Amino acid sequence: MAEIRLQGITKIFDKKVRAVDEVDLTIADQEFMVLLGPSGCGKTTLMRMIAGLEYPEYGRVSIGNRDVTDLPPRRRDISMVFQSYAVFPHLTVFDNVAFGLRMKNVTKAEIKRRVEGAAELVQLGPYLERYPAQLSGGQRQRVAVARAIVMEPAVLLMDEPLSNLDALLRLNFRAELKRLVGELKTTTIYVTHDQVEAMSLGDRIAVMREGRIVQCGTPMEIYDRPATQFVGSFIGSPPMNFLRGRIERSNGHVQVGLGDQTLTAPSTLAGRSAGEVLVGIRAENIEAEAAPAAGAIAARTEVVEPLGSHLLVTAAVGDQRLKIQARTDFPAQPDAPLWLRPEPDKLRWFDPESGQELDAR
Amino acid sequence: MTSIARDLPAAPRADREAVAARQARARRRLLGRGLLYAAAVLLALWVLFPIYLITITAFSPRDAVYDYPKQLIPGTFSAETMRFFVDAEGVLGALWNSVLVAVVTLIFSTLIGAPAGYALARFAFRGRDAFRLIVLSTRAFPIVILSIPLAVSFIEWGIYDTVWSVALMHTALALPFTVLITSSIFISVPRDLEEAALTLGCTPATAFVKVVLPLALPGLAAASIFTFVLSWNEVFAAVILTLRERTLPALVLAALNQSPVPFRLAAGWFMLAPSLIFIFVIRRYLLGLWGRVSR
Ligand SMILES: Nc1ncnc2c1ncn2[C@@H]1O[C@H](COP(=O)(O)OP(=O)(O)OP(=O)(O)O)[C@@H](O)[C@H]1O
Ligand SMILES: [Mg+2]
Repeated sequence: MAEIRLQGITKIFDKKVRAVDEVDLTIADQEFMVLLGPSGCGKTTLMRMIAGLEYPEYGRVSIGNRDVTDLPPRRRDISMVFQSYAVFPHLTVFDNVAFGLRMKNVTKAEIKRRVEGAAELVQLGPYLERYPAQLSGGQRQRVAVARAIVMEPAVLLMDEPLSNLDALLRLNFRAELKRLVGELKTTTIYVTHDQVEAMSLGDRIAVMREGRIVQCGTPMEIYDRPATQFVGSFIGSPPMNFLRGRIERSNGHVQVGLGDQTLTAPSTLAGRSAGEVLVGIRAENIEAEAAPAAGAIAARTEVVEPLGSHLLVTAAVGDQRLKIQARTDFPAQPDAPLWLRPEPDKLRWFDPESGQELDAR
Repeated sequence: MTSIARDLPAAPRADREAVAARQARARRRLLGRGLLYAAAVLLALWVLFPIYLITITAFSPRDAVYDYPKQLIPGTFSAETMRFFVDAEGVLGALWNSVLVAVVTLIFSTLIGAPAGYALARFAFRGRDAFRLIVLSTRAFPIVILSIPLAVSFIEWGIYDTVWSVALMHTALALPFTVLITSSIFISVPRDLEEAALTLGCTPATAFVKVVLPLALPGLAAASIFTFVLSWNEVFAAVILTLRERTLPALVLAALNQSPVPFRLAAGWFMLAPSLIFIFVIRRYLLGLWGRVSR
């Protein structure tokens, strides 16, 4: 049982940089939690505080109902994959992976069995006798992963463990890792700034920005209902489209005006005094039509990018730009007009100043 | 076949130019290499030639010293001068003292200096920069002024004219460098590695022994060469702090003015050889480790 509970965790560097700012997060036993966010948002720092390598200025960390805030890393039953690999250069791959087991006085035969098992898993079997200097970056990274999983810890912390693998290896390794972590029954925290990786691996994703968690939820929740404009534009490729509009009322209906056209808006928006609002919609939730249709918004095609499975069309509505996913047989031509029909229940509404989602339900 | 042969000279001009450029580049690279080797050979000669001269003269018959022009290829081998020097009063004792002093200095300065260097490298404590400066500034204090009161203290403690007093003095002289050099060695061992060891069940002490120390060892070995040679060559403090228990440089300095040239050359060789041996032993170890770890 290793539920991780973070309460009001804050890390301040040099008396002013709030690298992690009052983070509250509970990670259930055996859950796979992904920390996702842009570079410098405090992911590594948060992870290091869970590992015990950094001491928080405020807040408590508990693992499995035990307050570990004041315990050194070796007493926390964690293991960590470092962003920089931190593979020991003076030890062979075998000795690197065996390092932690030897510290725990595991028997020789058991060490051999487990190290070879872990090496097999990360496809390092033939390299066990090599020194890290004789390995590629990706291989070293796999040594780091093997060294952590071989410990079978209660909590597995991984800081961008796949960042140096090539695309194919990464894809295979990702699936392998998911299966493996499920078998190990550890609670896992996984740092990445690759949103595809986050979506595919995480039971839940915590999106961070400037030291805070802006949203935490299942991948689908985060993708479908981003809590802020930042989350919407950080997750998904292409990012969510955002259009600025005016709230208008006409004979009892609430509408949002985009230039000289209008979108039907949920009546809950009526509560807002007339003003601007941000409409969010994902590229795949917009239907493109080549001919005018009732209720569709007129736009002009700007760029057409064929991506194999679909076309990515950049269109302009008035002076605002948005991206649309269209079928490959859609007759898109630069500068040609097209008509857009967004799925009404996929529209999201945001406050243009704060970027927060407006409760439109 | 024939058509290919005919086509060759007609290769496009761009191609021929590219080939020419490549050849020019290769020539330049070769020239650069040549210069580099020439410089290396020159530097090596600069250091090795005097050593060579001293060595052959030290092992030639006594009158060969005065030969002119110098014989570059040793004529007759003779241990006569050497034996004369070694048999002289106190030389072997002084040699032993010098080795002892250097080794004790090495041990003391590493035991005291390396932890200080580690602290400088790893911990952000209040006044760290000031500490760094103060450590260095001790070298600005003239040994001349320091030596007399030190001699008095050593007499009081009963260690005057012993190996210990000289070793203590040399430790004091070597410490600033040991501290600063070891601190830069420890800085070069990535902090991550130590932290990885901490997450794998190590205490800070075991992480140091199992990870930091092996990685710092080549650097520490290099630093120890420095300390050893510093102590081996130091003459001023050694002269003031000893009377009968001379170290080799102190003895040689005291005896040199009244001795014949062959004696001086023999002394020179005798001073040289042990530190060369020490450097060679450490160096092999140093390269062995570096070769494996770095890339
Ligand atoms: N030891 C430190 N001293 C001072 N500032 C630090 C220190 N470590 C991190 N920071 C700062 O804290 C912030 C968060 O850093 P952190 O390494 O946690 O980011 P990250 O989210 O892991 O980024 P990346 O994706 O690039 O790895 C950054 O602004 C960084 O400059
Ligand atoms: Mg990071």
